[in-house]
Amino acid sequence: MRAGVIVFPGSNCDRDLAVAYQRAGAHVSMIWHKDTSLPVGLDVIGIPGGFSFGDYLRCGAIAARSPICRAVVDYADRGGYVIGICNGFQILTETGVLPGVLMRNAGLKFICKSVGLTVATTDSAFTSGYQAGQAVQYPVAHHDGNYNADPDLLARLNSEDRVAFRYIDNTNGSNDDIAGVLSKNRRVLGLMPHPERAVDAAHGGTDGAALFSALAAVMQPA
Amino acid sequence: MKASVHIMLKQGVLDPQGEAVRHALGSLGFEGVSRVRQGKVIELELAETDKAKAEAQVREMCDKLLANTVIESYRVEFT
Repeated sequence: MRAGVIVFPGSNCDRDLAVAYQRAGAHVSMIWHKDTSLPVGLDVIGIPGGFSFGDYLRCGAIAARSPICRAVVDYADRGGYVIGICNGFQILTETGVLPGVLMRNAGLKFICKSVGLTVATTDSAFTSGYQAGQAVQYPVAHHDGNYNADPDLLARLNSEDRVAFRYIDNTNGSNDDIAGVLSKNRRVLGLMPHPERAVDAAHGGTDGAALFSALAAVMQPA
Repeated sequence: MKASVHIMLKQGVLDPQGEAVRHALGSLGFEGVSRVRQGKVIELELAETDKAKAEAQVREMCDKLLANTVIESYRVEFT
């Protein structure tokens, strides 16, 4: 698997994401936000967590208009695999690649802890390594993770089986307990919790490792 | 030409920050505030001198960057 990790000023989970990919056997390229094109031959792109451009204007808004994001949107439109974690999820909603908006947490506080999630669908390259309904623990660390979608969009996400993860105990106010969503073609995942921070016993848990190994299995040349 | 862009959450979108401000006003003794909505104002100085063209430009800026029109509405004023 050849994976790319986009790096913005203010990204702070880029190295964690690279290590998670490498643990799954990937060759990783770090990609600077000012680049206008992606390295050739990538199997998956990761947009990491952090506070790109200081969260100015809206979380992810400036990053979503950066030169590399135009290339990422084109890549996703061509059917490429993309995962956006935390700030990466916010960036994907700002580009319109994923629907909905991440708003300020309902309790207004920054939440930094490990949370329980259920795997809501196993029908994606990212979640096929889990059992349907399986409970997993991933850390969250965000101030703006309150997923907001209008009733039509929520109905569509549910009927198309595009909710990837749900919070067991909804701490940020997200509609329908949604922690992660898939694109229509199921090849783009955005989620607020951090699977890349749960891939080593020293992290306190390894529940995230199955996401990266499942992805690597899909990308394995037949 | 100067433009001010007023950005607000659309009606029906929960504004937790506005709610927190409302509670704080109540605890300071300001009674009778039934609702608080918080938004932002962005001031732009433009080289364009034609108001219609400037307005079209600013609206495009709002749609492309300044507002997230999924949840926010905007109003443009020229001074």
